[in-house]
Parts: sequence; C-alpha cells; structure tokens
Amino acid sequence: MKVGRIITYTFLILITMPIILLYVLLFLQSISTRLDGIIPRGFTLSNWEFLSTGDIIIPGTTFSYYPNLYLVLGNTFLLAILIALLEVVFSSLAGYALSRYRFRGRSKLLTLTIILHAFPGITLLIALFYVLNALKLYNTLTGVIIVKVALDLPLGIWIMKGFFDSVPWDIEMSALVDGTTRLGAWWRVIMPNVRNGLMAVLIFGFLSGWSEFIYVLTFIASQDYWTLSMLVYALTTGEYSYINPGVTATVAIIYMIPVVIFFLFAQKYLLRIQIAAKGV
Amino acid sequence: MATLTTLRIRRKVFKGYLAVFLIPSLTFIAVFFLLPVILTFLIGLTDMDYSFKWNWIWLDNYIKILSDRWAYKIMMNTFFYVFSTLTFFNVGLALLISIATTHVNELVGSAFRALWLLPRITPSTVYALLWLWAARGEEYSLFNWILGFFGFKPIDWRLTHPWLIVILVNGFVGTSFGMIIFTAALKSIPEDYIRAAKVDGASTLQIIRHIELPLIKWPLLFVTAYQTLSLFTSYEYILLVTNGGPGLYTTEVWALYSYHLAFAQYGGIVKFGYGAALATILVIIGIIMSIIYLKMFRFSELMTEPKIEVV
Repeated sequence: MKVGRIITYTFLILITMPIILLYVLLFLQSISTRLDGIIPRGFTLSNWEFLSTGDIIIPGTTFSYYPNLYLVLGNTFLLAILIALLEVVFSSLAGYALSRYRFRGRSKLLTLTIILHAFPGITLLIALFYVLNALKLYNTLTGVIIVKVALDLPLGIWIMKGFFDSVPWDIEMSALVDGTTRLGAWWRVIMPNVRNGLMAVLIFGFLSGWSEFIYVLTFIASQDYWTLSMLVYALTTGEYSYINPGVTATVAIIYMIPVVIFFLFAQKYLLRIQIAAKGV
Repeated sequence: MATLTTLRIRRKVFKGYLAVFLIPSLTFIAVFFLLPVILTFLIGLTDMDYSFKWNWIWLDNYIKILSDRWAYKIMMNTFFYVFSTLTFFNVGLALLISIATTHVNELVGSAFRALWLLPRITPSTVYALLWLWAARGEEYSLFNWILGFFGFKPIDWRLTHPWLIVILVNGFVGTSFGMIIFTAALKSIPEDYIRAAKVDGASTLQIIRHIELPLIKWPLLFVTAYQTLSLFTSYEYILLVTNGGPGLYTTEVWALYSYHLAFAQYGGIVKFGYGAALATILVIIGIIMSIIYLKMFRFSELMTEPKIEVV
C-alpha cells in the first residue's frame, strides 16, 4: 500500500517535471545573462528595458526588424476581445433558439452543429484564403476575426445550448404570461441564469483569439497587423533567438500574462472549455 | 396578465424573433464554414494558383497524388505520427495520469492535473519556443545539460531525433483532453463498487484492472476516436517545431504538406489546386468521422425536442 503510493507520486512528479522545467526556464531566461541547464549565471534586468519604448532593437545595430511591441499587443488584444464578444453574442442567441424554439429543421441544425464542432476547420485554409481574398478581407484583422468566430461558433452554440437547457421552463413561462416579449424574457430572465456559460464562452473566445497563430500567419501580410503569436514566431525562427534569447523570453512572458491569470483564477471555466474544445 | 387569445396572436410575432436569434450565427457559419467546405472540393478540381483562375482540370490532381513521389512517404509519416502520439500520450499517458491522480490525495491530484492543462492553454508559438530551447544543440540546453550528468554528449535533438521532439511537443498538449474525460469518468464510478471490492480483499491494481477500466470503456473509445481525427488534421506544432524537416519531408504530415503546397512553396510557386485536393481527402475523412461520432456516441439523445413550446 505504502510502496504503491510512493511509486504513484514518483511517476506523477517525473512525468510532470518537463512541464514545470520548461516554464521555469522561460522565466529564468528573461532575468539571467546566461543559463546552464536550469542554473542561472548572472542576474540582469536588461531584457526588460525595451519595454520603455517597445522597440526591439537588434543588438549592435540601431535597427528593429520587428514592429513595436505595443502596436502588436494592441492588435492582439483587439483581435481577442472582438472574437470573444462576437462569439458570446452570436452563440447565446443561437443557443437560446435551439434550446427553446420548436421549428422546422431544428434537429437538422443541431446535427449540423455537432458535425461542425467535430470537424477540423484548419483543413479549410485554402478555401478560406479564397473567400477572404474575394471579399477584400485579406490582410485585415477583420478577416481573421470573422474566420475565427465562424469556426469557433459551433462549439460556443453547443455550450450555450447546454446552459439554456438547464434553466427551468417555469421561469420563462411566468415572464411570458406576465406579458414580457420573447426577446425581453431572453434578455431579462434567461440570460442572468446562464452567466457561467457566458463566462465560459467569453474566456474560450478570448484565449482562442489571443493565441491564434495559423490564421494570422496565413491571412496577414503586413507587420502593422501582427499579433503576439507572429512576433514570438519571428523572434524564435529569426537569428534573434540566438543573439538575445532574454528579450524573446520577455515577449513570451508578456504574451503569457492573460493565460496565467485565467489559469490561476478561472480553472472551473477552463476545465469546462477543455472538455468541449478540440485540439491535438 | 395576458389572456390566452393575446398569447395566440403574439405567437406569429414571436416566431419572427427566431430569425433574430439564428441569422447572425447562420450567416457566419454558411459563408465562412460551409461554403469553404464546398470550395475546398471545387478548388481541388482546378490548377488554381495565386491568380485565382478557375481552370478546371477535374481529377488530374488526384491522379497526380498517386504519382507524387513524396505522397506515400508523407502518408506513412502521418500514420506514424497519429499512432505514436495517440498511443503514448493522448490515450496512454492520459489514462495513467487520470488513474494516478484519482488514487492520491484529492488536492494533490487536481494540482497535477491543473499543471497538465498549462501546455494546452499556452499560445502555440510560446509553447513551441520552450521546447525548441530545451532541445537545442548546445551543452547547456535543458536536454543536454540533464543528460550530461549521465555522460551523454550534447546533440541537437531537433536534427538528430526530429520525430521524438514532434511527438513530445504534441503529446504534452494532447494528454490533457483524455485526462479530463477519463478523470470525470473515474470519479463517477459509485464508491460502493470500490468499497465492496476492498471488503472482498481486492488490491488497488485489481480494482483498477477489473472495476475501473471496464467501466470507462466508452470514454476510452470516445477519446481515441476524437483524438484520431484531431491528430490527422493538426499540423500547427509540427510547423512550429520542425516545419516538416530536417531535410526533405522527414516529419511532414498530410495536412502540413497541403499547407506547404498552398502557402509556403520555395520560389513562390503557389499550388492552391493541388493543396486543396490533398485537403479534400482530409475534409472527407473529417466528415465521415464526425458522422460516426454522432451515431456511435448517441449524440441524438442530446437533441430532444424542447419540453413545451410556450408561444
């Protein structure tokens, strides 16, 4: 019994160690002049100094091949918040209709939602490129936002429908009998009862937009519209990660801030999202 | 209070709201989800390039796949990648972790599970960067530094063991999906079953083998099926870590090949048509597997009609 417990803990610690080490290294990298494995040699704050202007200058030159950090940060935030808001509004409207209305094609629509939810949207990249180009939305943040919302919606609708299903009919019934309109009942009576669902979709949408990489890489050509994923990618693949990994680490840490906040304070939503979300 | 008649009159007006509820989502999904599915199929029948001309060559792309000298290797790569990641991580490790964390102190168990969520919610570019640093060739990189204590010479892991890195990077993300589902299933096993077995003198291993595993058969099947499709079509982390290399198509998978043909050809030759034909095969696999889930896991039970229609 006791031996079994020791083996279990040893297994858990060993297998989880890579995750802990990777994130500790990221932090140490940003405040050390050099790292030997996980042992920092020399403390420095110089990797954080570029935050005063946001310009990432190649050491030894006066150039910056990269867009200003604050421009990129602004783009990323705009992208994430708009995706989150659109997903919340659209999915709570559609989720309500699918949960409460009886209409022709309802079950077909639900089947479609589930199929699309399981369907890997990433395979549609070429066709999406064609559509965005035809609509003159190539190289715009709007294009990326629309594509993300469309591909995330089946999941959002599915989550919201589940929450609406769990709100008792009687509440709505009494509101309607008292003379509220259906839209009024939805807004004043039902929506306050599905706050958890709204939060889950909002956080999912925000993180999904905040982290988005492939669609930005493919649909954005100009550095003016870069998001943090592109900046980190460029810093990683370019020579810069070798010249000055500390600055790359600092950018990556800033990129991680909302993720860490949600990780620490919104675990119950994250768990719910992870079950519903897809990915590798 | 409204009378029954006024409720009836209102019914027609309220039905009108249905459009308000559904149209935003339906429009987005139709134009940016359903239309692209059809377009992928159609573009796959052309030799479209960056000029976006519809020059129909019908099935030539598919005939070309058969004679593509790399297609066979890439297909084998894809099977290898899906099978290894699924077996060792998305199902195998996920199962081990959920069993281990449900047999220790509840608080400690959930702390471990929380840590495993971290790779998934970390932006992919940051997460890939962490592994790239750890696997670098210098003697002070994480891998080489640790193995140095055991007398190993420093090597560039990405160049010498590209598949190992690809599978590790994907596996550490993929484990959490199965872990959450298995844990939920294990926790829902009635306490009585376990207690009864203990009274009969069963060991922990016997309880796992004869009670817990048989009871989570369906979640196991679900995770396997669901993650197979996810892995088949995923390529983001491979793109970030090896980009299909080193060398020619060493770690290239089907979905990444389609992406490379369309968006990252050397010399700027854009092959939307051929890339879309490759993607069409994935789209068809995707549709078939999604329908299988629908049937197999009785999602239809979730689609029961609304209990009452008020108005």
